[in-house]
Amino acid sequence: MTGAAGRLSFWSAAWVIARRDFLAILTSRAFLFFLLGPLFPLIVGVLAGSIGQSIDRGGGATAPIAVAMEQSDADRVIAAREQFASSLNDFAPPLRKVGALPAGMAPSEFMDAHGSEFSGVLYGSLQSPGLAGSPALLENSKGPLTMLCSWAAAASVPKLPELALTPTAAPDTAQRPRDRLVTAQAAQTLLFLLIMLLAGMVLSNLVEEKGNKIIEILAAAIPMDALFLGKLFAMLGISTVGIAIWGSCAALILMLGGSALGAITAPAVGWTAFFALGTIYFAMGYLLLGSIFLAIGSLATTVREVQTLSMPVTMFQVLVFFFASLAIAHQGDILEWIAIAFPLSSPFAMIARAATQPELWPHALALCWQIACVALFIRLGARLFRRKVMQSGTPQGKAGNAGRRRLWTLLRKGSESRG
Amino acid sequence: MTETNPALAIEARGLVKRFGRNLAVDGVDISVPRGAIYGILGPNGAGKTTTLRMLLGIIDPDAGERLVLGESNPRNVSRLIGYLPEERGLYPSMKAIDAIAFMGALRGLPLKEGRLRAREMMENHGLGDAVERQVRHLSKGMAQTVQLLGTLVHRPSLVFLDEPFAGLDALNQGRLEATIRDLAADGTTVIFSTHVIAHAERLCEEVAIIAGGKVPFAGKVETARDRIPPRVQLETRSDDGPWRDALPADARKEGRSWLFSLPEGEVEDLLKALIASDAGIKSLSIERAGLHDAFVDIAGAAAAQAMKDNHPGETA
Repeated sequence: MTGAAGRLSFWSAAWVIARRDFLAILTSRAFLFFLLGPLFPLIVGVLAGSIGQSIDRGGGATAPIAVAMEQSDADRVIAAREQFASSLNDFAPPLRKVGALPAGMAPSEFMDAHGSEFSGVLYGSLQSPGLAGSPALLENSKGPLTMLCSWAAAASVPKLPELALTPTAAPDTAQRPRDRLVTAQAAQTLLFLLIMLLAGMVLSNLVEEKGNKIIEILAAAIPMDALFLGKLFAMLGISTVGIAIWGSCAALILMLGGSALGAITAPAVGWTAFFALGTIYFAMGYLLLGSIFLAIGSLATTVREVQTLSMPVTMFQVLVFFFASLAIAHQGDILEWIAIAFPLSSPFAMIARAATQPELWPHALALCWQIACVALFIRLGARLFRRKVMQSGTPQGKAGNAGRRRLWTLLRKGSESRG
Repeated sequence: MTETNPALAIEARGLVKRFGRNLAVDGVDISVPRGAIYGILGPNGAGKTTTLRMLLGIIDPDAGERLVLGESNPRNVSRLIGYLPEERGLYPSMKAIDAIAFMGALRGLPLKEGRLRAREMMENHGLGDAVERQVRHLSKGMAQTVQLLGTLVHRPSLVFLDEPFAGLDALNQGRLEATIRDLAADGTTVIFSTHVIAHAERLCEEVAIIAGGKVPFAGKVETARDRIPPRVQLETRSDDGPWRDALPADARKEGRSWLFSLPEGEVEDLLKALIASDAGIKSLSIERAGLHDAFVDIAGAAAAQAMKDNHPGETA
């Protein structure tokens, strides 16, 4: 537990911090809000989707088509539709008999008069049918109604054979690289959103700690590197819990909804390796950005300062994300290698690579590089903290004021010399 | 510093710390005997906290050497050290018992053991009812006591207290003084900074006075007091007479009394001269200088010297 001369080891110190932060956050109200966080966009999405669906339904999908034909022709075409309605879902829109159009009445005039009741009108005879309605209706119903009229005119409706159904696994989509790019992009976006959410939480956590004035006790007892690492890992633990809960909920919803991952194109490394790599790249991406945010948090004294300082980093990270997204379309080019080599874009570029390329060894190399960068960032952040923050007599504000005074003096002297 | 003196808990030579263009500490020398209560005195901004932070290893000196419990890197003995910073802080959502145990865990004390000790210590300090209470629900004085207990829970052999009396009422100041004495009685070295001299005078045998980042005096309290000659207040029946020649040249009259300072060894000669010249002594009091007087004298001279060093062209 402790070093030879009575010092808590680096990892033990990091563990003490990680354990406290993890338990404190897990039992706080903030964690509940953190868990509910993704629910709000989800609710908005579901609501928007259901509104769209209901608009779609109300827009004419269920409104019948008027059959304006002679009595016998109308009966035969409706009978033909009924015969296939059960075996061919939505084969043709519902039909309703209205009688032949009065002489001289154009189908468009009928629709002008009855447009609220019907989505279109089928007119003429079985040998020479006509269809009037919106362009979408004409496009969708042209084929089915032609077939129904043909069967009704032939007076011999074909008997459909019973089709034997054998479900199989999703088709191998190895030949569909474009679909895999979509998988890569989806994974990148998910990674980015999760990382940004958590890095922000780390930042506010450290600022709160400075507000509580406990930071000096921690700094006196353990190395700053261990403090930073402990905080990062505590939040990583929290995020793991969050992702496990979100993942379970999502899986449950997908299962209940009858959907599966088969709907998405399988990544090149396979789903198991992809999930494993995704988890690791999430951790690395979070640790890289989180360590930078921690350094910022250690320099800032107020929430306002944090916002000011973190804004450029956040904007920069958005740019990095777009850069990594761009690199997907340039796989094998110098652009992709730059995205892989640059620490902040490396996890995004590599998860995209996992979706599109089957080799695993580049991931081992990339992870080594990312771990080295995390260690470097933490070390630099801790050093910056000790150099810039732990000084009494010249707090940041005073130093900043002195700097502004010097700048003002220089400007004044400059204007005097010009004058 | 090649040789370690086992009798010293802290030995620092020529510590220098600069923050940008500001020279916060300029060649500080301090030697703290083991088991002593040692005061670091100085006005605000003198460099006390920076000195303590260097001795704790929170920041490294730009120059100079330090040995803390025989180690040149204080972090190597951090388990044996307790530190109460000037800016008090605790996690508001933590229970008092957990806050103390956590501070012990930072120094290597297992959490379970820390909780046991925390409960016992809180009960001994009259905080038995607050053991399971969240820190945010404690009064300021209680929270400060909790933090002090957190500083001591791992039973350190060297304790740093930065302005420990600040913000405490008279009753709690008395309790803290008693706690410091108890620690020293158990063999713990206590080093504390303060700008309230009375605490140091009551508690310390040795002090260091820091002013302008330098240490113009470090040593026994008695030695500091002896730097200032005793103050004499004399009242005589007659206003004038040959006895006036026996008074020092800087003697001044306030009301019916003469006030002046006199080196300790010269009191007897003065008395003889007054009696011989028939001064008619009505009252005579000789008051030995306190640590406060010594502090004002030493720190004031150091500040004047610092001003002179920084602005050599200016004359007073």
